Amino acid sequence: MTVALLQIENVHTYYGHVHALKGINLEVEEGEIVTLIGANGAGKTTTLRTISGLIRPREGCVKFNGQDINGLPAHRIVKLGISHAPEGRQIFSTLTVMENLNMGAYSLGGDREAIEENRRRVFDLFPRLEERKNQLGGTLSGGEQQMLTIGRALMARPRILMLDEPSLGLAPMLVKAIFETIREINKRGVTILLVEQNARAALKLAHRGYVLETGRVVLSGTAGELLRDERVRKAYLGEK
Amino acid sequence: MEFFLQQAINGITIGAFYALIALGYTMVYGILKLINFAHGDLFMVGSYLGYTLVIALIISGLIPNLLVALLIIFLMAMGMVALTGALLERVAYRPLRKAGRLAPVVSALGASIFLQNVVMLIYGPRYHVYPKGILPDIHWSIGGAYVTLVQLATLVISILLMGGLYFFIQRTRLGTAIRAVALDHDTARLMGIDVNRIITLVFLLGPALGAAGGIMIGLYYGRINFTMGWGYGLKAFVAAILGGIGNIPGAMVGGFLLGIFETLAAGYLPWGGAWKDAIAFLILILILILRPTGLLGERVVEKI
Repeated sequence: MTVALLQIENVHTYYGHVHALKGINLEVEEGEIVTLIGANGAGKTTTLRTISGLIRPREGCVKFNGQDINGLPAHRIVKLGISHAPEGRQIFSTLTVMENLNMGAYSLGGDREAIEENRRRVFDLFPRLEERKNQLGGTLSGGEQQMLTIGRALMARPRILMLDEPSLGLAPMLVKAIFETIREINKRGVTILLVEQNARAALKLAHRGYVLETGRVVLSGTAGELLRDERVRKAYLGEK
Repeated sequence: MEFFLQQAINGITIGAFYALIALGYTMVYGILKLINFAHGDLFMVGSYLGYTLVIALIISGLIPNLLVALLIIFLMAMGMVALTGALLERVAYRPLRKAGRLAPVVSALGASIFLQNVVMLIYGPRYHVYPKGILPDIHWSIGGAYVTLVQLATLVISILLMGGLYFFIQRTRLGTAIRAVALDHDTARLMGIDVNRIITLVFLLGPALGAAGGIMIGLYYGRINFTMGWGYGLKAFVAAILGGIGNIPGAMVGGFLLGIFETLAAGYLPWGGAWKDAIAFLILILILILRPTGLLGERVVEKI
């Protein structure tokens, strides 16, 4: 059996005294789109922050490509090939679009050729960013900021891209476009771990999914199975 | 008119000192939201190291030529104070990074007292005097006012240093990383930026600039004392707030403006000289009431 690209085993994470993740297990295979769905406070963002090293789990382990990455500082984890596009479009508002992208490629060091090549790919995916390359990040529209967040995360040339609520606060048309782009990024060979509140759209895009409730995985399966599941339909797809 | 011009020239000189010191406050605040109250004392240490190097060069008789000597003095003193600054961050601030905002301020005050006492124990409590005639006593007359060589050198050196810093911050990869960390530590980490290294870098740069200011003050006024860091530091802190704390061009503008205001007020107000320090703090109060973000603070409107 091949080893999954990303494996999370029995991870417990705390915020102070709050037990945010209570033994999460999940796997992402190379080439997949996997989505984490669940209500606010279920632990979706915490799971991503634990993987990218912003928070250390108190128990359990995170393996990337078979290597234990527990306890590595976040800046080292990026270098291994895990990019995290954080929630709420945390772009650097007083840096230009170009500077934001360059920061995304920070882990590549001074390799100008690689950076230039990645920039071409990002501009290819998001021509809008090229038009706005000299504008300050804070002056972009919400949709453009989301493009920049994703583009910036791609600048590190990740093997796996973790996206936290890319549809948050965007108009339906834009959500559709962003999800199309995510599919395109995946087709180009990047594995995707997607956190979404918009469960229907996420499950339509993903191959597999996990449902989180109060820090635990309560359900998992292929996207098709979850879309048909009675509990998922009631709780997350708004059906009766 | 001559008097005005003379006061303005003196004000610009003093403003250059304030600006150089203010940069250290503003950069540290920008990146850690911490007022490094020991920064003034790092500047004082720079002044003492400059003094020591001047004396050492004179005693050893190893002065190849003036420019080389000055270069050696500036680079060595700036380097040593930079290392002191980075060490200070490691020992006094880093362990308190997650301890809220008050604890590091108390630690900074402690570091300030510590540095003053170290210098007092080594050099003694009396004033020290930079030897006269390090720079030849040349001056030029502009419209009846005098510019001395020390003043010109102060202006040239400080503009070079500030220009260099501005270029570094705006145009280089590391400089951009400093701006990114100042905006958001966690997101900067996700980019692969080692935030601790960037913080160390800031604690190298700020004190190095402060040290340059310290040497120039020694060359300009001649007399230095181990308590000088407090007074100049406080003024430079006012300059940083005047320009908008956290904003690098703001610290430069604030420094020069404060120097000019203060010197003009001292020259024109009755008993102005005695009120000089009060004027600086009056400006601080006015800024805090009228424009708390400072002159150049928060220019960019963020879209939500």
